[in-house]
Amino acid sequence: MDWGFILSQTLTQAIAPIAIVYCLAAIGLNVHFGYTGLLNFGQAAFLAMGAYGLAVTVTRFNLPWWLGIIVGLVLTVILALLLGIPTLRLRADYLAIVTIAAAEIVRLFARSVTFRETLGGSDGINGFSNSFFSSLNPFSRQEPYTFGPIHFANGDVLFMFLIGWALIAIASLVVWLAMRSPWGRVIKGIREDEDAVRSLGKNVYSYKMQALVFGGVLGCLGGFVFALANASVQPDNYASDLTYFAWLIMILGGAARVGGPILGAMIFWGLLTLVVETLKNATASAIIPESILRTDQVGQIQFMLVGLGLMLLMIFRPQGILGDKKELALDARR
Amino acid sequence: MRRRVIALLLGVLGLVALTLGAGAAPAQAASGASVAGVLVNEGAPVPNVAITVSATGFTQTVKSGPDGAWKVELPKSGSYKVSLDETTLPPGVVLSDPSKNNLSVLAFGGMPATVQFRFGSGTVATESFLDKFLQLFANGILFGLVIALAGVGLSLIYGTTGLTNFAHGELITLGALTTYFFDVVLEWNFFASVVLSLLCCAVLGYVQDKILWKPLRRRGTGLIAMLVVSIGLGVFLRYVFLFIFGGGTRQFRSFNGQEGIAIGPVDVTAKNLIGAAVAVLLLCITAWWLMKTRLGKASRAVSDNPALASSSGIDVERVINVVWILGATLAAFSGILLAMSQGANWAMGFSILLLVFAGATLGGFGTAFGALVGSLVVGIIIELSTLFIPPELKNVGALVVLIVILLIRPQGILGRRERVG
Repeated sequence: MDWGFILSQTLTQAIAPIAIVYCLAAIGLNVHFGYTGLLNFGQAAFLAMGAYGLAVTVTRFNLPWWLGIIVGLVLTVILALLLGIPTLRLRADYLAIVTIAAAEIVRLFARSVTFRETLGGSDGINGFSNSFFSSLNPFSRQEPYTFGPIHFANGDVLFMFLIGWALIAIASLVVWLAMRSPWGRVIKGIREDEDAVRSLGKNVYSYKMQALVFGGVLGCLGGFVFALANASVQPDNYASDLTYFAWLIMILGGAARVGGPILGAMIFWGLLTLVVETLKNATASAIIPESILRTDQVGQIQFMLVGLGLMLLMIFRPQGILGDKKELALDARR
Repeated sequence: MRRRVIALLLGVLGLVALTLGAGAAPAQAASGASVAGVLVNEGAPVPNVAITVSATGFTQTVKSGPDGAWKVELPKSGSYKVSLDETTLPPGVVLSDPSKNNLSVLAFGGMPATVQFRFGSGTVATESFLDKFLQLFANGILFGLVIALAGVGLSLIYGTTGLTNFAHGELITLGALTTYFFDVVLEWNFFASVVLSLLCCAVLGYVQDKILWKPLRRRGTGLIAMLVVSIGLGVFLRYVFLFIFGGGTRQFRSFNGQEGIAIGPVDVTAKNLIGAAVAVLLLCITAWWLMKTRLGKASRAVSDNPALASSSGIDVERVINVVWILGATLAAFSGILLAMSQGANWAMGFSILLLVFAGATLGGFGTAFGALVGSLVVGIIIELSTLFIPPELKNVGALVVLIVILLIRPQGILGRRERVG
């Protein structure tokens, strides 16, 4: 057992770009579910909009990367409007069904052979990140960087790491400011009692729509980080698993808390890496025999833990680590 | 000739299900992955055909053996292209659809990923529009029944408890997998396997309600919290299935490659016909139970107003428990029916769950008969849409229909306005 490597991996993954991606996705979900009470189970679609908007604009139309970012943001807003218009007037679980369906539609389109020319099929798209890194990245693009136990494969990863955490800081600040503004009080009021807010003369439908767009845009930022950090977009990275992970992160950290998604993402990826690396190490060095667990099955254990974690947290500690149980009295059927 | 069409359709359906299911799997660093298949033309094996499996940095060509079988061991899991050298085919044998030559396949460790090439003489193009329409309509009804079996249970559970059960897909998968276990692993009689599998799922429905949902209801857990719990349960069960069953799609022992029976212009296999008949019978029994029996009437009363039902002396918990048993059994049969036509797979339930939701929502969530009508409509729409759009996007068509329905008539076909909120 190589504990030094396992611990170094754990610390690195807890703050690595992958944790940043899920953290941004969870911050968006937190606006949807934590503050507004919207059941968005298609957050992956918003990240896909950002990632594919950027990749397609740069590779297929040869336009600069910043235009790709704008295209991604516009696509996200359009998706949020498309999802919101039919469902936000209805009972909460309709949004859950429609968002989960929409995320699947987006993924099926992205990986279809029919649109291979534009969207890259199941292989995805790569070769769009060069212009971004070569124009902005101040670090060496080949050499690895190591700070104590924390390890970055090259300067691009280090650069994405810094940008990602800056984005998280800005996003959290904006959410914090928005939620203590009068707008935020209406949003939280909608979560608590929609009819009461309506009777105060507020347009609940419009507020919900604004929250859906806002959270979607925050998730879309995660999509940019995901695409740039991997230097590629692949349709199956935007499957429903991404959404479930983001949900678990949000609930683990504490819904309706600004720090919830950040703490949740770090703990989630740290713990997950610790468990997965320990199991991989144990199976590789035959401490756990092959007959019980093969190395390639470790990934499956990881998903079982996520499913179980989501269940147990929701049953026994729905407020997560930072949350306030009284603030989240959730109920769909009035 | 129509047999080949239906075989082709089923092949494509299976491939879509396979790629859909496998697509959700995590990338695994596994050796032992392989691709295999058997080349058969009208019951006779096709030997000595060159087949090339390739991916970035990997290419291997093999020839099919005297029994038509071929297999390629792969260096790692991932997506591979499989193509067949048409010049090596014996005279008189051609691919039924030459565009289906270069196939993509996702291979994982454990069971070999299977690739089927269909042979024939370009019959697909010569079929008239009406014949194709009727054939797809019949396929649509079959698929609609599969969705309906699951949808009625989902709707009943929603009606009586308010729970939107995202783990319902796993009940579908479990039905298929337990049948596979009894039929293939233990080599028991197929019909006994089906009955046993239904029993297993009924017990699981009972146990699931007793140890998970009933305590949650008693604690006063909110419906949204329960919805999230069901999603977590679904993810957990799905990966338990993958862990035990492996990533491949497998067939039952009996009734593989059954010959179709021509009914007018429509071609149906006997197994699908009998499966559909049993499905209709089960749905009729459910309907009779709901309309005529004391417990069924009680369940409708609970759907309408649980508090009022409880105060008029109905044992609400018992009704809910029975509804869970019924829902799980119906879902299990839906899984068996699905696996009979496209093979059993660890994620098969999840891949049709959204269509089940579409059917239940279309008919009016919470109404059993609505779910039946809605599911049939969804099944028919999915199959007929392949007349106009590529088969790989047919599920997209159904999901778009779901979104449009919510826009125009959110309460569904048979739903009542006040249920929507």
